[in-house]
Amino acid sequence: MKQLITLIVSAIAIAGCGSGSSEGGADDQLTVGFSQVGSESGWRTSFTQAVQAEARDRGIDLKFSDAQQKQENQIRAVRSFIAQGVDAIVIAPVVETGWKPVLTEAKRAGIPVVIVDRNMALEDDSLYLTRVASDFVEEGRKAGRWLMEETGGDCDIVELQGTVGATAAIDRMTGFNEVIANYPDAEIVMTQTADFTRARGKEIMETFLRAMDPADICAVWAHNDEMALGAVIAMKEAGIDPGDDILVVSVDAVPDIFKAMADGDTNATVELSPHMGGPAFDAIEAHLRGESVEKLISVNGDLFTQETAAEEYQKRTAG
Amino acid sequence: MTGPKSIISTLQRHGALWPLVALGLIWLVIIIVNPGFFAFTIQDGRVFGGVIDIFNRGAPVALIAIGMSLVIATGGIDLSVGAVMAIAGAVAANLIVGTDLPAPLIILAGLGAGLAAGLLNGTLVAGFGIQPIVATLILLVAGRGVAQLLNDGQIITFQNEAFAFVGVGTLLGLPMPVWLVLFVLAAMLLITRRTALGLFVEAVGANASASHYAGVPVRAIKLTVYAIAGLCAALAGLVATADIQGADANNVGLWIELDAILAVVIGGTSLMGGRYSLVLAVVGALIIQSLNTAVVLSGIPPKFNLVIKSAVIVAVLMLQSPVAQAQLASLRRRFTA
Repeated sequence: MKQLITLIVSAIAIAGCGSGSSEGGADDQLTVGFSQVGSESGWRTSFTQAVQAEARDRGIDLKFSDAQQKQENQIRAVRSFIAQGVDAIVIAPVVETGWKPVLTEAKRAGIPVVIVDRNMALEDDSLYLTRVASDFVEEGRKAGRWLMEETGGDCDIVELQGTVGATAAIDRMTGFNEVIANYPDAEIVMTQTADFTRARGKEIMETFLRAMDPADICAVWAHNDEMALGAVIAMKEAGIDPGDDILVVSVDAVPDIFKAMADGDTNATVELSPHMGGPAFDAIEAHLRGESVEKLISVNGDLFTQETAAEEYQKRTAG
Repeated sequence: MTGPKSIISTLQRHGALWPLVALGLIWLVIIIVNPGFFAFTIQDGRVFGGVIDIFNRGAPVALIAIGMSLVIATGGIDLSVGAVMAIAGAVAANLIVGTDLPAPLIILAGLGAGLAAGLLNGTLVAGFGIQPIVATLILLVAGRGVAQLLNDGQIITFQNEAFAFVGVGTLLGLPMPVWLVLFVLAAMLLITRRTALGLFVEAVGANASASHYAGVPVRAIKLTVYAIAGLCAALAGLVATADIQGADANNVGLWIELDAILAVVIGGTSLMGGRYSLVLAVVGALIIQSLNTAVVLSGIPPKFNLVIKSAVIVAVLMLQSPVAQAQLASLRRRFTA
């Protein structure tokens, strides 16, 4: 198994080399290695595509490596990037810990590293150039503000939490609760984790609807779109009209939620921006020009509602 | 002689007493935290109520636990069931989106994928003598990968009412998954009781080489039970996929092999093989699902979910252990003497 992975990774690396040299000649072309977590969700896939598109637009030679949710694959990919002498490395880490040795190797080789999306636990911040990340707390706030405006601050909310302990779940909850704390008539009446999945979202929502009178629920607040889509199915089966009888607000802005919004089944979503490639490449280019770079760059997504949903769905499924 | 005492002793003889007591206690807790949960209502020709929810939600684990019981009874184990669910779901969803095949054929295709997976496991175990835990581990890892490959890393969603019926349909007032569990349970009881299969399964689990010398077709029996487990897992996968009208290869059936094994064990089946009860495995699945529901209804913060679940399950298993049973028996003797 390990040997197979090594083989695949080195094959990718060699293939990368090949395409790089065949394009050859352009010495001033920037070569960037990108180690991605995997392709475990629709959002992750759009993230990868956004980074690749951004690199294409800028004429950057992007060497892409899919780690299939395994840190060892990422470390191997980073080592192979170093061996190839890339100009910079972008890592979307699988986990937070265990990065010090390989980043030290990159530092010795003089290759700047940009961390995107999830965080790395590093005491020494000279090991990386900068971190580009979404502000999960702000996403929660945006969802909360929209809901409070929509309901005039009077709303009994049921919450579908993300996986227990996940940064995205904790921070989105913090941001949302911060906003509704200002409204005495707004309250979270039931809350439970649905593990960021559609199936669990449906199951938990079913139980909520059984446990209390659906007429008393004003809105569903889901930490991601998948759970919201599951809750929509549960409400429809119980003869409730989601989006009208019970409002639905979530985060991520995956293509499926735009379809649901266009159909009037959910009301709003906050985009978890997949466009982290741009700021990352900006930072790398600035660094190579000798400019200094901030250690944390926040990326903020917009809130989308039913009004633009149909249009956005077409835009997002066409590309 | 059908007084309450004789009923209890009959249940005890079949090992059914403690699982049922546990189920009853969990339901009692649910009634205390949410008195209205078990109220039955009939709406649009469908019966709604807490018990039905629990049966409905517990259906995938119950289906898998039935197949798993037979595998465990032969002294084996099947870790690949969750991955097989994902494969069956992915096959069905891709056929729905990509072809115009009628729903029954799509269901057969999904079941066929599960059967193939089960036969692969069975061949590795029975044909090549690979240890079951290793043989099925291969498909646990690779199977989900196959499903992800089929789905191209995405969640494949579809609109197909005929297929969705498997997961959300209603027949004679009850949800389809409940009927499927009852049907599979009845069919397997019939096959294992009315033919020699049940006896052979227990014989293989108790002592494979003795069975072999006694003329029991050990390899064929093992191949059969893994094939049945694959079929059950595929059916569970189709139910889960139809339930959300989408095939989520990354998450469907994730860790369900552990819940299914737990259900089988709670039902009193020994992991050493040789003894099993299909009905109690289904009761075990209901216990697990009731626990899940109780935790949600109780309003306890989600971070305590797993701790509470495991504490209750440890308690149930300890009550069933031979040591605890002996203690209880001696206590009873002292009181009655």
